[in-house]
Amino acid sequence: MAGLLLRGVKKSYGTVKVLHGIDLDIKSGEFIVFVGPSGCGKSTLLRLIAGLEDITGGTLQIDGQVVNQLAPSKRGIAMVFQSYALYPHMTVYDNMAFGLKLAKGTPQSDIDRRVREAADILQITPYLDRLPKQLSGGQRQRVAIGRAIVRDPKVFLFDEPLSNLDAALRVATRIEINKLHERMAGVTMIYVTHDQVEAMTLADRIVVLNAGRVEQVGAPMELYNFPANLFVARFLGSPSMNTIPCAIVAGGAEASVQPDGCAKISVSAVIPTTAAGKRGTFGVRPEDLILADGQDAIFTGTIDIVEQLGEVTLIYVDVGTAEPIVAKVDSDVEVAKGQKIALTAEKRHLHVFDENGVAYPRG
Amino acid sequence: MAVAQSADSDEVSAGSDLFRQRIRSAWLFLAPMLIVLALVAGWPLLRSIYFSFTNASLTNLDAAQWVGFENYFSMTTLKSGRVLYDGLLVDPLWWGSVWNTVRFTIVSVTLETIFGMVVALVLNAEFRGRGFVRAAILVPWAIPTIVSAKMWAWMLNDQFGIINDILLNLGLISQKIAWTANPDTAMIAVLIVDIWKTTPFMALLILAGLQMIPGDIYEAAKIDGVHPVKVFWKVTLPLVRPALMVAVIFRMLDALRIFDLIYVLTANNAQTKTMSVFARENLFDFDKFAYGSAASTMLFLILTLITIVYIIVGKVNFEGGR
Repeated sequence: MAGLLLRGVKKSYGTVKVLHGIDLDIKSGEFIVFVGPSGCGKSTLLRLIAGLEDITGGTLQIDGQVVNQLAPSKRGIAMVFQSYALYPHMTVYDNMAFGLKLAKGTPQSDIDRRVREAADILQITPYLDRLPKQLSGGQRQRVAIGRAIVRDPKVFLFDEPLSNLDAALRVATRIEINKLHERMAGVTMIYVTHDQVEAMTLADRIVVLNAGRVEQVGAPMELYNFPANLFVARFLGSPSMNTIPCAIVAGGAEASVQPDGCAKISVSAVIPTTAAGKRGTFGVRPEDLILADGQDAIFTGTIDIVEQLGEVTLIYVDVGTAEPIVAKVDSDVEVAKGQKIALTAEKRHLHVFDENGVAYPRG
Repeated sequence: MAVAQSADSDEVSAGSDLFRQRIRSAWLFLAPMLIVLALVAGWPLLRSIYFSFTNASLTNLDAAQWVGFENYFSMTTLKSGRVLYDGLLVDPLWWGSVWNTVRFTIVSVTLETIFGMVVALVLNAEFRGRGFVRAAILVPWAIPTIVSAKMWAWMLNDQFGIINDILLNLGLISQKIAWTANPDTAMIAVLIVDIWKTTPFMALLILAGLQMIPGDIYEAAKIDGVHPVKVFWKVTLPLVRPALMVAVIFRMLDALRIFDLIYVLTANNAQTKTMSVFARENLFDFDKFAYGSAASTMLFLILTLITIVYIIVGKVNFEGGR
């Protein structure tokens, strides 16, 4: 039953400012994912919440209590580290029980029950007597999660927990973390990743961070469909959204833009009439592009590269812009390198951003 | 089946050829080292052991004659019926120096380990100028023992020494102490200098071990709310133990054959006479070359014995902490 409240949270190392004032309301029981490119401050923010780093400015509240000066162990949190951070000389059982044993106040039988329960949930009971080095990466990660569960935390912190696992295990563990979240209703989870798939699949709400600032907060599909700015638009989705500088031809009901090197396109974005004549950016996701007849094409050009991924095919089309336009089409569409192609998209799928990269709302 | 088998055996023989080739080149690379070791260590060792069973004298080594175990132990029955025992094994002076050596080793290595650990823990922490301090702390170890022993001899000098001067001015002593000559303080003086000199070595070896410990488990311990003192005993110490055990064995071997420091600082003092000093005295000063050789051989045996016991009891792992 613990919500988190961040108000103007700042962090600097000497003169280097890492976080420039983060405001966030995290509801109790919510699964929040911090996502962003490396160096954006997402891990630092998590470490501030954990209490492993001092907060330079602003306040952090957990459960209505300001915890800026509180030791990590008093904050009611548990953390799962990227590198697992297991004690290498202790058995799985001792790794999980260590904190409780030394903290005193918990009776031995209670510790034992909690360790065995957690081991049961994570299916690591057969390994309780083993040392971490005798376990596989996935098993170690379960132990690390188990150690966190045993603490019975109000807030669960994950710092890129899957990045040391191979692809198949990552998917499996991701699903287990999802199940864990369902099982531990009421426990707030904060999860840091640079992987947008993890962010999209796990989060109730995603916090997109960039260069120490929050770019946008929202539900995964909200961020995907209605990115607030160019950064979020380009960061979520794979491959990235095609973005081309454009001139805004007209606003109002008949809004239209002209991407550099392309023809004029009518868009459904809500652009004020005053914006007409200004510069902006036009964007369309690769998966929204479809093959078109010459008539209503947005882009026409020559295919540069064809990447067949199995379930889909990526086409890189040279349309005269600085970067090729990427389209994601069904794998049964037959295309070849050097072929002339015309691409279009539904009007509602077109994004327009103003000269500062802020999105015009889509109608 | 038959085809598969022959293919298998082909593979095995090819593999073992490669293996033999590797072994050969390994020996080839090791040979220069082994030859040098045999010449500078093996041969003198064997000569010493041989001379310990003879009546060799420094003036005429070639005339040495085999006398068996006489240098170690001999019994003579006098006409009166009294039995006289002789030899190293019944020499109280020898056992006195064995005891001095062991006492010196235990005290110095224990204190060096404790101080070395403290210094290593400090150096392992993040602070400004850490690199400089790490280099600076090595200075005592870098100075040749003869030089530092002479330096300390002057500092500890009863008449002109700065240590007596400081202690007098502070009012801690009422009269000057002859640190290195006084039977009560000679060992303490030697210990102080040795600990001063070798703590940096210990600290660096332990520091290397500490740096192998991943930092994130300390953060995990912080979140677990484990008190830092308990973290030291339950996490740091067990994890640094392999490095610590190897460091201790290095220092122990050094301490058991200590010679130069004592020779310079407190020569001829019975309280600080070690096995090495005893052996040298007999070899060269007393013209009892064979007896000195016997002492050297015993030193070698005792050292080997203590090392083996330490390795077995301490379960020393030379492979590193894997």
